[in-house]
Amino acid sequence: MKKLLVILLLAVVAYSLGTALMSVKFGENRLGKVQDEETVSAFYLNNTPEKLSVANVVTAIVVNYRGFDTLGEVSVLFLAAMGLGSILYHRHKEGEEEEAILKPSSQLVQAGSKLIFPAILVLGAYVFIHGHLTPGGGFQGGAIIATGFLLMMMAYKDYKVSHKVLTWVESIAGVTFAGIGMWGLIVSQSFLENTLPIGTLNNLFSGGIIPIIYVAVGFKVAAELTGVLDTLLNIKDKH
Amino acid sequence: MNLDTNLLMSIGVYGSAIGLILIGLYAVLIKKHLTKIVIGLSIIDAGIHLLFIAIGYISGGTAPIFSPAGEKIVANGGIMVDPVPQALVLTAIVIGFAVTAVALSLVIRLYRHHHTARIDQIKSLKW
Repeated sequence: MKKLLVILLLAVVAYSLGTALMSVKFGENRLGKVQDEETVSAFYLNNTPEKLSVANVVTAIVVNYRGFDTLGEVSVLFLAAMGLGSILYHRHKEGEEEEAILKPSSQLVQAGSKLIFPAILVLGAYVFIHGHLTPGGGFQGGAIIATGFLLMMMAYKDYKVSHKVLTWVESIAGVTFAGIGMWGLIVSQSFLENTLPIGTLNNLFSGGIIPIIYVAVGFKVAAELTGVLDTLLNIKDKH
Repeated sequence: MNLDTNLLMSIGVYGSAIGLILIGLYAVLIKKHLTKIVIGLSIIDAGIHLLFIAIGYISGGTAPIFSPAGEKIVANGGIMVDPVPQALVLTAIVIGFAVTAVALSLVIRLYRHHHTARIDQIKSLKW
């Protein structure tokens, strides 16, 4: 009976979504003429190469045009990591036998992950350093670095990451982001204003504050995701 | 012929996005295990992201990156796809991760307290 009701509800949702999307043609050009800046996307596409000299328009939107939004997003991630730690906080009672949920892995996995771990870190750093030139950026690069740490945690049962180091990396990266924003407020008119010289398109050192902010975001996301993974993997099972 | 392939593409892409949303909604409404409900929320997320990217797509468009290759395409009269939905989805993925992490930690906490993660066996949820 309940299943029937749910399927009926799903049918209603599917019908309404389907009829709404019927009027949105797939692959239709909704930008208008890019030169005339008819839409906000056309404005971004028209202005990013000349005014910011950033190759990746998505990066320019995320870090420059909507930089304040990204600062909020990074704070949401920080709050999630902090909330995870405080929700899962577990006071150790005396005389309570506890057992780690992680099982040791085979020697093959251990040797292989030791071999591949530095390569994963380098790939992650590459992705966030070139965030303004290639597809990628701080969030993606940080996630890649966190997968490297996840591999090490899965392979070695007693692999420990220092929470002190993670906290420091996270704080310095966050302060860098906010500090660059304040710098824009001091030197120019608005928060996160792009005040540095923008350089030439497709150079590594181009785009003013954008690469600096994305490197900071990369470090911050890597530290936060590693902290979350460490918290979740180190849960002790009551015995 | 051209119109037909376009229609098929739109049915395929929009259909899979709506399908993912419906699968996730089904899991959230029917499943009893809390981990499965969280997985359902993640599937809804994936469907919405796919829908966003599909709406921003322009047929024949290239990635919105002004690399030398991209600049050549634009100079030859090519177009780039809409960058705004992609930027929004980048934000949404991160927020989705945060939501999933907090939801899973709450599930772990509930499991510790009630020794079960099935919502039909948690007595204090019933009134």
